[in-house]
Amino acid sequence: MKQKLVVVGNGMAGARAVEEVLARGGADMFDVVMFGDEPYGNYNRILLSNILSGIQDPTDIFMNPLEWYVDNDIVLHAGERIVEIDRAAKAVRSDKGTIEHYDVLLIATGSRAFIPPVKGIFDGERLRDGVFGFRTIDDCTAIIESATRCARAVVIGGGLLGLEAARGLLNHGCEVHVVHLGRHLMEAQLDQPGGQMLRAGMEKMGVNVHLEKSTTEILLDPDGKITGIAFKDGSTLECDMIVVSAGIRPNSEIGLAAGLTVERAIVVNNHMQSIDDRRVYVVGECAQHRGKVYGLVAPLWEQAKVFAEHVTDRNADAAYHGSKLATKLKVMGVELASMGITEPEHVHDELIQFTEPAKGTYKKLIVRDGRLVGGILMGDISKAAYLMQAFDRESPLPEERLSLLFDIGAPAQAVTIDEMPDDNQVCNCNGVTKSAIGACIGSGLRSSTAVMKATRAGMGCGSCKKLVGEVVDFFCGGAAEEDPSIHYYVPTIPLKKPELVAAVLEKGLRSVSSVFRELGGGVEDPIAKPALASLLATIWAAEYEDERDARFINDRVHGNIQKDGSFSVIPEMPGGVCTPDELMRIATVAVKYDVPLVKLTGGQRIDLVGIAKDDLPAVWSELDMPAGSAWGKSYRTCKSCIGDSYCRFGLGDSMGLAHKLEKRFRGIDSPAKLKLATAGCPRNCSEALVKDVGAVAIGDGRWEIYLGGAAGAHIRKGDLLTVVDSEEAVIALSGRFMQYYRENAKWKERTYDFVPRIGLEKIRAIVVDDAEGMAAVLDARMQASVDGAYDPWKEAITPKTANQFASLVPVDLEA
Amino acid sequence: MSSQELGPEHDIGPVQQIPIGEGRNFRIGTMTVAVFHTHAGQIYATQAECPHKRGPLADGLIGGTTLICPLHERAFSLETGEEAGTDCRLAVYPARITAGARIAVRIPG
Repeated sequence: MKQKLVVVGNGMAGARAVEEVLARGGADMFDVVMFGDEPYGNYNRILLSNILSGIQDPTDIFMNPLEWYVDNDIVLHAGERIVEIDRAAKAVRSDKGTIEHYDVLLIATGSRAFIPPVKGIFDGERLRDGVFGFRTIDDCTAIIESATRCARAVVIGGGLLGLEAARGLLNHGCEVHVVHLGRHLMEAQLDQPGGQMLRAGMEKMGVNVHLEKSTTEILLDPDGKITGIAFKDGSTLECDMIVVSAGIRPNSEIGLAAGLTVERAIVVNNHMQSIDDRRVYVVGECAQHRGKVYGLVAPLWEQAKVFAEHVTDRNADAAYHGSKLATKLKVMGVELASMGITEPEHVHDELIQFTEPAKGTYKKLIVRDGRLVGGILMGDISKAAYLMQAFDRESPLPEERLSLLFDIGAPAQAVTIDEMPDDNQVCNCNGVTKSAIGACIGSGLRSSTAVMKATRAGMGCGSCKKLVGEVVDFFCGGAAEEDPSIHYYVPTIPLKKPELVAAVLEKGLRSVSSVFRELGGGVEDPIAKPALASLLATIWAAEYEDERDARFINDRVHGNIQKDGSFSVIPEMPGGVCTPDELMRIATVAVKYDVPLVKLTGGQRIDLVGIAKDDLPAVWSELDMPAGSAWGKSYRTCKSCIGDSYCRFGLGDSMGLAHKLEKRFRGIDSPAKLKLATAGCPRNCSEALVKDVGAVAIGDGRWEIYLGGAAGAHIRKGDLLTVVDSEEAVIALSGRFMQYYRENAKWKERTYDFVPRIGLEKIRAIVVDDAEGMAAVLDARMQASVDGAYDPWKEAITPKTANQFASLVPVDLEA
Repeated sequence: MSSQELGPEHDIGPVQQIPIGEGRNFRIGTMTVAVFHTHAGQIYATQAECPHKRGPLADGLIGGTTLICPLHERAFSLETGEEAGTDCRLAVYPARITAGARIAVRIPG
């Protein structure tokens, strides 16, 4: 036996609620009856301003035409208003005398335009001829009809709807004035400067704006026709029609008459039920939830969903928890989005803003605890979708705040996670889709770390880790949990890097196994071994006890492992320079060992790819060149252009400087690889602006030093640290920066993340100005590392471990 | 390897052939086996290539009884061969240190 669901109100809320019920199989549970006092099917009220401006026809904005009701077996009483709810009898009665019994009642009567108490605004019970509300299709038609005959129209109310109405009226040939009580337009959504810029924008379009005007009277001629309006300050404004858009009033009288608790609107609990009667639900603008009445559409969608989940028993715990307000203004010629608060409220609130009045661009964001709590975007709203989502979900913001306002460097995030298709790959290395991550959350995982472990997402090149975090957060509804271990240097030892360094020094731990034993509870985490080895090498330099098993295979055999288990051999070639003799030796070795591929690398070196592990010592010996350090988390190489030795544009000896840098820093361990470049002039042929450290000659012996550039998985232009006047100063400051980076960066944190995280100002203070008095210590520690460095290819002669280069140990089974 | 009968133990030489904390490949007859020597002093033997993309497991990192493939960081148990969170598993072979600090491994056949 089906129950009967009666819906009072056929607006966006009522119809959406019914759609949500039907989507949950509600047609088998309920006979649905709807009452709407307008003689139409349901339409999208938000688009009324488009009707007014003539962009759309009324037929364009219908969401559910009358056939929809027929197709879904919904009985629609259009043009009938409910005048009584008899809760004892569980029945409603319309103004036309229709009586319907209900098992469940949904009140979705919405709201109406608030008409302020102004003398002469009413003619008896009705609005005076020439005075219009702006809430329905009928209002729109009447306004348009009147506007074509009028010379001057006044809109009372400079809020969102009032401005939309004013813009629409312009298209009908009359002069348009907006009168507003407040000190600036849209004060619910804008601050003072934003309001001023909006006013300038509206006036440029031809809408006259009058602020701080309190309307007291409608002025009439002896025939009762409108001639103007009068204000409290004694001034008047001529006009022949008036549109009132001074806010809305919930249509909650029906609830009051039925004995339901009504404050500003009908009061509901978290299930959207009246607090007095569990058979009566209320959604939309006539509902008051936790003291709030919402006039925007997004909250209404959420409420309709909660109602449907609950009434169909899909989820007896379905609960609405209130909405965060964000909106876009739909006024042709004005781009405006607003969310949350408009001014900082706490001392620690971060204010980020940008103004360009000539272009009408204004951007203001308020960040609290790394989350967006308010924002205004005017003129350029390209970041609105991303920001509104971040606001709504309270997701963490990127540390580079500038990227919140503008798309810099990285390609624009074209789709929000909301819009991302389910089968979209989030992690390309391991083929993990958005829906696969969703499935993990569905099975109970709550942190990025757990999801990455389960799916391997983010564990390839790592460049998608941030996106994985965002997708996890999306599926957790903004409530992803943070794994505390992400702050540790390695997950199994609960110490941040500075704490770990202090403990290592205090206990004098010189080997990875001793760190596991003393600080890690004896647990040997294989993934943590290389991270700890790198740190200990940095701390102890020559005193580091090098347990080779703690090193990744590349660092055990000093080459880069390839997909077939072979290795690449890249000899040192500072600045991309070698002698003809060296070149011939390389060729001879390549022929002798039948090297499958000889390749020039991005770092201006020659790569012999595909060497068997067993051949490595012989290859190195025959090359008789130092190792190029092309395999590890270490200083890698310094690229260079020709510089002033030959280039007619050269301003400095870039090749010579590259040589000096490489000879000094080669093979130095670091948290992630360090790629350098020197350029002989600002043409930057060697791409020094996108290197971890780059030096650019600018003439007269002077060099610019850039830090934190990248052109790999991330693109970032380096930050200009300073300008120095000698090669020696480039070497000294580069070394000091690299040492600071070695001591403070997280494992695998490239300089393009490290520099913005620490902040260029702070780095400059430490490295250039020595403001913290650390320079001498940093220099000394770097010197110790330089002194402790050795050419690992010398292990060709004296291997470090048993069978170090044996791909196979033969067994004599007869023995 | 449960379906295949294991043969007798093979002596593959002194334990010093494998540095502590590392692995090496050994050729036993026609078969290549990866053998590991842990910090706890245990010996483990597994198939030589990773079932994912044939990575050389003997070049992997080990910690405790976990083995990480050097190519794509797949993690396997040295004791059971199981990869955490998947159905994938390595073949593992009984191995021990015998008197005289030599390594003995049993392989199928």
